[in-house]
Amino acid sequence: MEILVYGTVNSIIFALIALGFTLVYGVSRVPNFAHGSIYVLVGFLTWTFVNNLSMPYALAVLIALAVASFLGFLIYRIILIRLRGMATSEIISSFAVSLIILEGLRMQGIAGFKGFIGPFYVLKPFVDGKINLFGVFIDYQRLIIIGVGVGLVVLLSWFTHHTKTGLSLRAIAQDEQAAMMLGVNSDRMAMIAMSIGSALAGLAAVLILPLGSITAEVGYRVLIYALAVCIIGGLGSWGGAILASFVIGFAMKISTALFGALWESVVLVGTIILILLFKPSGLLGKQKELEERV
Amino acid sequence: MVKVTRRKKRLDRSIKVRCEGLYALSSWSEMAYLLAPRLLLILGLLLIPFFVDMYWQRVLCSAGIYALLALSFDFLAGYVGLVCLGGALFIGTGGYFAGLLNHYSHLPLFVTIPIATVAGAAFSTLVLIPCLRLRGIYFAIISFMLPLFAVYIIIALNVFGGTEGISALDTFPSISLELYLILAAVLVALFAIRRLVNEDMGIILRGVKDNDQAVRASGISITAYKIRAVFIAALLGCFGGAYLSHLYGWLGISLFAMDFSILPIAATVMGGMGSLVGPVLGAFILTPMSEALRGFGQLRVVLYCFILIAFMVYKPEGIMNYLERKYHQFEKWEEV
Amino acid sequence: MAESPILQVTQLSKTFGGVQAIMNVSFELARGQILGIIGPNGSGKTTLVNLISGFVKPDKGSVLFKGRNITGLQPHKIANLGLTRTFQVMRPYHSLSAFKNLIVPLNSPRVKRSAAGRLGDMDAVAIDILEEVGFERDARVPYKAAGSLPLGYLKRLELGRCMALQPELIICDEVFSGLSMSEITSLIPLIERLRMEGITIMMIEHRLRELFRLTDRVVVLTFGQKIAEGSPDEVMSNQMVKEAYLGTETKG
Repeated sequence: MEILVYGTVNSIIFALIALGFTLVYGVSRVPNFAHGSIYVLVGFLTWTFVNNLSMPYALAVLIALAVASFLGFLIYRIILIRLRGMATSEIISSFAVSLIILEGLRMQGIAGFKGFIGPFYVLKPFVDGKINLFGVFIDYQRLIIIGVGVGLVVLLSWFTHHTKTGLSLRAIAQDEQAAMMLGVNSDRMAMIAMSIGSALAGLAAVLILPLGSITAEVGYRVLIYALAVCIIGGLGSWGGAILASFVIGFAMKISTALFGALWESVVLVGTIILILLFKPSGLLGKQKELEERV
Repeated sequence: MVKVTRRKKRLDRSIKVRCEGLYALSSWSEMAYLLAPRLLLILGLLLIPFFVDMYWQRVLCSAGIYALLALSFDFLAGYVGLVCLGGALFIGTGGYFAGLLNHYSHLPLFVTIPIATVAGAAFSTLVLIPCLRLRGIYFAIISFMLPLFAVYIIIALNVFGGTEGISALDTFPSISLELYLILAAVLVALFAIRRLVNEDMGIILRGVKDNDQAVRASGISITAYKIRAVFIAALLGCFGGAYLSHLYGWLGISLFAMDFSILPIAATVMGGMGSLVGPVLGAFILTPMSEALRGFGQLRVVLYCFILIAFMVYKPEGIMNYLERKYHQFEKWEEV
Repeated sequence: MAESPILQVTQLSKTFGGVQAIMNVSFELARGQILGIIGPNGSGKTTLVNLISGFVKPDKGSVLFKGRNITGLQPHKIANLGLTRTFQVMRPYHSLSAFKNLIVPLNSPRVKRSAAGRLGDMDAVAIDILEEVGFERDARVPYKAAGSLPLGYLKRLELGRCMALQPELIICDEVFSGLSMSEITSLIPLIERLRMEGITIMMIEHRLRELFRLTDRVVVLTFGQKIAEGSPDEVMSNQMVKEAYLGTETKG
């Protein structure tokens, strides 16, 4: 029972992390390696706003998300836009951006505010306390995660099916040439996707970081989790990302229960290797996993 | 509307044209034209150690390791089309193989280094095989993830020394040996790879980069060739790792550090992707620079990345390609 | 005694997403023939080539080459059996010189196994093949980077790439497209010569007049289905074929 509840929470955590990345990749085929770093950045910004500038929590979150969104837009506008199509360069440069942010944060915090090491940086959860659900103790923060997670998927689903921008995003994701012929601007869509994707990363950060502490390592972990979800679920597939989140989420919780927490990473690596060997396009992947279209 | 009256034209220098093919042997000046840059490189590298003190000689050793990694990155990215974000994987694997062999079986470093190079390369290639059948992005992602996973697993299962690592490994008997071994390795690797890319296998690999479907349609299994390419690149990196663990006599998770993944990439982009020499030079420039900035800690990485992005956006051909172009061609204005 | 056909395509089908690209296509190709595949745009001709040459796996149906089932095999394995194809979208190895482009197929297992392969000097063989396809030997053309060659040469290079494999069957995917009349007329003798050397050829084409000079059997595809097969005259007088190309008459 406990596994069911914590497994679900874990799965939604993975889904939240991967959502922004999948969006950007699906729309622009650019793997945003800076995803994890934006996650951590938002955590930091919020912490700094709240603790060093004494802003109210909600305001801090909103500003941090806005900054993240703008940053995502900037990354595309300044760097990626010149490198579109050259896969090698896209990967290298977004990776470099990620390192700039993460390694910069490792030492200095934000703009000279007290640099940090260790678990001193903690975001407060929205609501403290636990409740008892079906015989399992679960804290409110985790419940909020589930709620927001599900809500977000529904919201995004509505957005991409019923708003003009959302439909344009889906169009570009499905067939770039055709969408462009219908007047959809590919670069603009990519910028929008990057903004939304970064904001999603930030939102995930605000929800999930209170469960632990903020460190630069978290940035790398988040990136790895996002990549793992995409590989297992299928690069570019939303349904696959969600399915993969659940597969990984539960697999890791179950292995923790059976073998102990330390085997989590092994399980993750093992799942990735299995998928690559037996169904490389991912669980629900539709893209050609092998070489490009002829 | 402004009428353009002249434009810039690039022409090969006449001495270059005279050098094509076998004709280069016909005159001393032409041979000098071809050999001068190469001699400059070799002599330069071999003579620098005499001009610097011991501390910087150690730095040169590090630079050599990074040069090997940069070379392997450029080979994979510039000639095969595979972006390897995990140079640290090779260093770590080579280092751990060598260190563990030395620690547990007390084989001397002259034995452990060669064994670790080959075994480490075989192991690294094996782990990367599942993604070689797939599109390039998978290789980038997996190569990025593997060094990090290696660290998680080593810490989690507390094997191979866990977080503390293993120390008291054999070290080299003299600093000159350390230095010249790595410099020789870099030069040998450089010329070997240069040779390779013009041999048949190199041509096939370049074909894979340009147009992999046509290679498949020509009856060649691209996966088989990619595996070979990765193995060769891994040999370079694993040698560096094996060498490194014996340089400081210590192995630990820092062998999988992100530094080993990123500095070679920065060196390659700056030096000129595809030029093979450029990345090596880039490594020899960036490593001492990084050492000089040691006081700034992790900000060095931030700096490499800024340099990398700046080059990528503003001067993607890199230093070496620019220099090579200038050496072989001249520009002149011509009336339209 | 009738020899068995070199290529037998049976009930080949493939769906992409919701679109049925190829549906139940069957035909045979006898050794030494030239078969034309025609049809309006979007009829699935290139998909058919991809299915036969192994770049796409069919959902249903089978392909037999020299009596051997090659359905679903990897492209390079099929090429090594002697079935090669050209690409409609030109794809030379642009950073390599023209003759180096041919080094790639000359290193395939098929060539290495053959007598010519054991002789060794690949560079010379490459230059010879280029000459056969019409690259002038003395000019610097073979040494220029393939990416800078004009289209006519690129098409010849594609054929050269196929020929380097010593194939028994070549599938030409729209070799004539984009070429000028004079370029086409100079390409036709090359194709005839290939046929005289015993190579079977399957040509996907749009330029019907030139195609009909070369072939005496044609298969017509529309919307992924075969609607006619026969000699050019038979096929062009077929009502369905006319409708496919020209559209149906509206009544009233």
